[in-house]
Amino acid sequence: MENKKPEESPRRKFLKFGLLAGGATLAGFGIQQKLRADTIPETGEKVKVMTADGKLVEVDSAHIQHHVAESAITNIESRIGIEGRKFVMVIDMARCANARKCVEACQKMHNKRPPVEWIKVKKMQDSQESSPYWMVQPCYHCDNPPCTKVCPVDATFKRQDGVVLIDNERCIGCRFCMAACPYNARVFNWGNDWGTPLKTGTAAVPADSVVTCGNKGEIRCNNSIETSLQDKVGTVSKCDFCVDMARKGQLPDCVTNCPNGTIFYGDANEDVVTNGEDTFRLSELIRDRAGYRYLEELGTEPRVWYLPPVERNFPFEDDPVPHNTTE
Amino acid sequence: MLANAHLGPDYHALSDQEKREHREEIRAVALRPLRHISLGGKLWIAGLVLVLLLGGFAYYLQLKHGLKVTAMRDYASWGLYISNFVFFVAISLVGALISSVLRLTNFELYRPITRIAEIIAVSAIMFAGLIIIVDMGRPDRILNLFTHGRIQSPIVWDVIVVTTYLVTSVLFLYVPLLPGIALCRDVLTEKPKWQRWMYKFLALGWKGTENQWHIMKRSISIICVLIIPLAISIHTVTAWLFATTLRPGWDSTNFGPYFVAGAFQAGTACVIIAMFVFRKAYKLQKYLTEDHFNFMGKLLVFLCLVYAYFNINEYLVPAYKMRGAEGKLLNDLFTGHFAPLYWGVQIFGMALPAVLLLWKKARKPLPIFMIALFVVVAAWFKRYLIVTPIMLHPYLPIQDVPANWAVYFPTWIEMAIVGGSLAGVMLIITVFSKFFPIISIWETLENEGIELEELDNPKTEEHAK
Repeated sequence: MENKKPEESPRRKFLKFGLLAGGATLAGFGIQQKLRADTIPETGEKVKVMTADGKLVEVDSAHIQHHVAESAITNIESRIGIEGRKFVMVIDMARCANARKCVEACQKMHNKRPPVEWIKVKKMQDSQESSPYWMVQPCYHCDNPPCTKVCPVDATFKRQDGVVLIDNERCIGCRFCMAACPYNARVFNWGNDWGTPLKTGTAAVPADSVVTCGNKGEIRCNNSIETSLQDKVGTVSKCDFCVDMARKGQLPDCVTNCPNGTIFYGDANEDVVTNGEDTFRLSELIRDRAGYRYLEELGTEPRVWYLPPVERNFPFEDDPVPHNTTE
Repeated sequence: MLANAHLGPDYHALSDQEKREHREEIRAVALRPLRHISLGGKLWIAGLVLVLLLGGFAYYLQLKHGLKVTAMRDYASWGLYISNFVFFVAISLVGALISSVLRLTNFELYRPITRIAEIIAVSAIMFAGLIIIVDMGRPDRILNLFTHGRIQSPIVWDVIVVTTYLVTSVLFLYVPLLPGIALCRDVLTEKPKWQRWMYKFLALGWKGTENQWHIMKRSISIICVLIIPLAISIHTVTAWLFATTLRPGWDSTNFGPYFVAGAFQAGTACVIIAMFVFRKAYKLQKYLTEDHFNFMGKLLVFLCLVYAYFNINEYLVPAYKMRGAEGKLLNDLFTGHFAPLYWGVQIFGMALPAVLLLWKKARKPLPIFMIALFVVVAAWFKRYLIVTPIMLHPYLPIQDVPANWAVYFPTWIEMAIVGGSLAGVMLIITVFSKFFPIISIWETLENEGIELEELDNPKTEEHAK
C-alpha cells in the first residue's frame, strides 16, 4: 500500500535553475524511469532537463512529469510552518445552502473517497424552538489542541503558522488523537482504500481534471505532510488547511468551490480573510457579525470562526438525500 | 481475629517427626499437579490452545486486510480491544492487593493464595501489552514509541508503567518461588532433561542457607512496598487515557480512583475463581480452606461497596445535572440502547454480589465461585460500557455516515482475538501451575510454625528417612 516517496532535493535544484520541475522525478526515479521508457509512447519532442548530478540531458517530453513546487517541502519545513503566517478560517453560516461542493472539492483535491470527509456539512439545531442551520466543519486547527497533546510519537503537531498537521509516515495508528478530538475532525484509514490514489480516467476522476505524474496513472503523486495526498493504511488523517495551496498563494479548494462564498480563508497576522470574491478585515468581521467559535467553553481555542446564521441568503431547506450511505 | 483465623493448632508444639510429616504432606500435594496431568487437564489445555490459535488466525487476517475487518469506524474508533486492555490491566492489580497489601497488613490468609494472585497479575499484564499492539493501526511502527516517544503523552506513561509493573510482578512471582523451584530441581528427577535444566537454571543455586533466606525475605519486603504505588499508577494512567480527553463521559476527575476500585473488585473475583478451580483440580482443600473463601467473600463485599461508591459519583452526580451531550449519554445508558447491559452489569456485577455475600452460606466455595463468575463477566462488560458508548456520543451529531458507523457491534475477528487473549491468560496460568507449585509451600508452612531452616534441603531429609 505504501507509495515510494519521491526524492526531494534534486527537484528543488530544478526549480532554482528554472527548468521544468517535472524532470526531477525522472532523476529521482532513476531506474524505474528507464524500465518504464519501453511502455510509454514517445512524442518525438525533446526537452532539456538536468539530472541529479548536474548534467544536462535531452529526453522525450513523454517522460516529463509536471510537479507543483510545493512537493519539494521537506518534512522538517512541514513541521515548522510558513513563517509570519497565522492561518484562520471564517465560516459564514448565513451563506451556506448545503451545496456540499466543499466536501466534494476537498475529497477530489486530497484523493479521498466517500465516506471519508475532511470537511463536513452538518445539520444543526441548537434547540427545538430555534431554526436549523447548516454548519460547515473542517478541522479547527486549535491553538490548544487536545489531539497533538496526546500523540505518543509526535506524528501530529502544531506549527507556528497555527496549522495542525499529521505525518502519516510516523503515525502508529493508536487513534488516541481521534479519541481526544472533541469535534471528531479526524478520520482513520481502516484499510478500505478510501484514501489511496485514484486511477485517472475513472468516473470519479476525469482524465483531464488533475495534474498527473504518469506513474501507473496515479493522480498528484507528490505526497508530503503538507499535500496529504495519500493516506497510509492504519494511520490518521484530517483537514490540513491546504497549506500547500497557501504556499502558492492559492485558496483551499473548499473555499473556491463553494458557490455561495461561505468559507473565508486568511491570515490573522494580516487581519484579512477572503472567500475569493469578498475580502474582509478578520477582526471587523468577527466583531460586527458576532463571530464565535464552536464550543468555546472547552478552551481548545479553535482557529475557525463561525458567523451566526442570521439574515440568511437562503431559507433552510432540509436535505432529502442521505449521504455516504455505504462504505 | 480474621487475620489469624487459619492458624490452626499450635505447630510449635509438634515433634520433629510430626513437623516432617506436615512438610512431606504439603510437598506431595503441591507437587502432585507437576507429576500427573489428568485427562480433563489435557482437554482444558487443548481447548485453550485452540481458542488461542483461532485468535492468532484472526489477527493474521487483521494484519493482512487492515483494521477494516473490525467493526470500529471513525466514531467508535476504540472498541473491544481497548475495553479488553482496560480489563486486563484491571485484573492485574489483584497481584498487588493480595500479595502485598494483605502481606503488609498481616492478613495471614494471603499465604496460600499469593502465588495464584501473582500469576494472574503477570499473565494479565502480559496480554494487556499484547492487546494494545493488536489495536494499533501500524504495529510495524511500534519502535516509533522509542525513537520518537513524547513523554507528554499518556500512552507513553502507560508504556512505562505497564512494563515496570510487568517486571516488578514477574519478580514478585519469581523471588518467593525460588525455594519451590529448588524443590522441583531436587525432587522431580524423573522429568525430561530440559525441564530439569530449567529448574536448575531458575533456582539460581538456591540451597536454603540462612543468608539466602535473608536476602529473599528482604527482597520480598522491598518489592512488596514498591508494587503498591506501581499498581495504583498503572491503572490510574489507564484511566487517564480517557480522562485526559474532553469527551463527555470521560472528562471526569473521578476516573483514576474509580478504575482502581473497579480493578481490585474484578481482580479479587478472578482470584476466587482461580482458587476454586485449583482447589478442585489439584485437590488443595487442605490448604485453600473454606476460611479462605469466607475471607475472600468478605473482601469482595467490601470492594463491591467501594466500587459502588465510585459508581455513584461517576454516574449519579452527572445524572443530577444532565448536562448536554453527557446527559444524552446517560439517558442512553440508563434507559436507552445500552440500558440492558448497563443495569445488568451494575446489578449482577456489583449490587447483588455485595448483598448476597453478606450471608455466610454464600461465602462457601461453590456459591462464591458462581458469584465471582458474575462479577468477572460483568467487569469485562463494564469496561466495554466505559469505552464505546462514550465514543458514540460526541458533541457534534453523527451525520452523513454509513449506518454501521453510528453503532458498534464487534466482528467475529475482534471477538476471536479477544477470546484468544482471554484463553492466553488462562493458558499461562495453567501451564505455570503444571511446572511450578501453585501454592507457596514455605509461606504456608511458615504460618504453621515450622521454621524456615527446616524447610529446605529435601535431599538430606530423604536421606535421613
